[in-house]
Amino acid sequence: MIPLSWYMALAVMLFCVGVCGFLTRRNVIIMLLSLELMLNGVNLNLVALSYYLDSVRGQIFTFFIITVAAAEAAIGLGIAVTLYRSRRSVHVDTINQLKG
Amino acid sequence: MFIQIFFIYCALMIIASSILAVSLRNPIHCVLMVLILFFHMAGLYLTLNAEFLAAVQIIVYAGAILVLYLFVLFLVSLRDEIRLVPFIANAWVGRAVAVGLAGVLLYAVLPAFILGEKGKWPVEAVREVTHTKVIGQELYTTYLLPFEIAGLILLVALLGGLVLARRERGEGDNEVQTAEEPPSENASIQGEVSR
Repeated sequence: MIPLSWYMALAVMLFCVGVCGFLTRRNVIIMLLSLELMLNGVNLNLVALSYYLDSVRGQIFTFFIITVAAAEAAIGLGIAVTLYRSRRSVHVDTINQLKG
Repeated sequence: MFIQIFFIYCALMIIASSILAVSLRNPIHCVLMVLILFFHMAGLYLTLNAEFLAAVQIIVYAGAILVLYLFVLFLVSLRDEIRLVPFIANAWVGRAVAVGLAGVLLYAVLPAFILGEKGKWPVEAVREVTHTKVIGQELYTTYLLPFEIAGLILLVALLGGLVLARRERGEGDNEVQTAEEPPSENASIQGEVSR
């Protein structure tokens, strides 16, 4: 039997690695990927708690989180493609125009 | 005993591959590291008696979302990838923030918990009806409205992805020209701005 705190500690570490990647990397796609890492940390937490509380509520929440992660990936990567298309070879130092 | 060794193996692989995923230079390698991470995450779900979620983790996350990332990485050429200004200019500040957050969260999480009242699905009951059936029952009775909203979110994401990634007529021709002759590129970008 694995203690609950092991799962929660692992989830915390995964979340914080995601935070670190989001704050330090500059590539947009890797930033989105770090966001997925954070979501996975939260998922692990929810599934572990739902197992130790004899309930499936956390697993249902995880299911919805996976759905939202898929939607977020589709939209975020669409924005990345659009960004790349409009600023082809320009090194994007500041994305500060709303329309252009 | 075996299950604890399995947990420790999965945990070490998850931590190692996540650190590699945020620190490797080549984005393709980053995505492949995240793929390894997702497989071990599915293994952890199996230790928690969540077979359906393990399958969904592999099919949806590893099979669909990561393939989407890979396709976008191939679309966006690797030589000049899109970069944003990081939220915090110095990388060490970001790392310090992450380590501090980890310390605070571990301090909050590691003491023993007093678990709340138990739900109505202990492991034996779930094993009797099988896990997928339990999830389906809960999803279509208690959580019917959130389920419908999730479907709506997926529809919006589908339409949004189509609209964002669609190529306007005429814009594509412009782009081919600019790709062939770099000097005229500035002119076309200025033309887009003025338009």
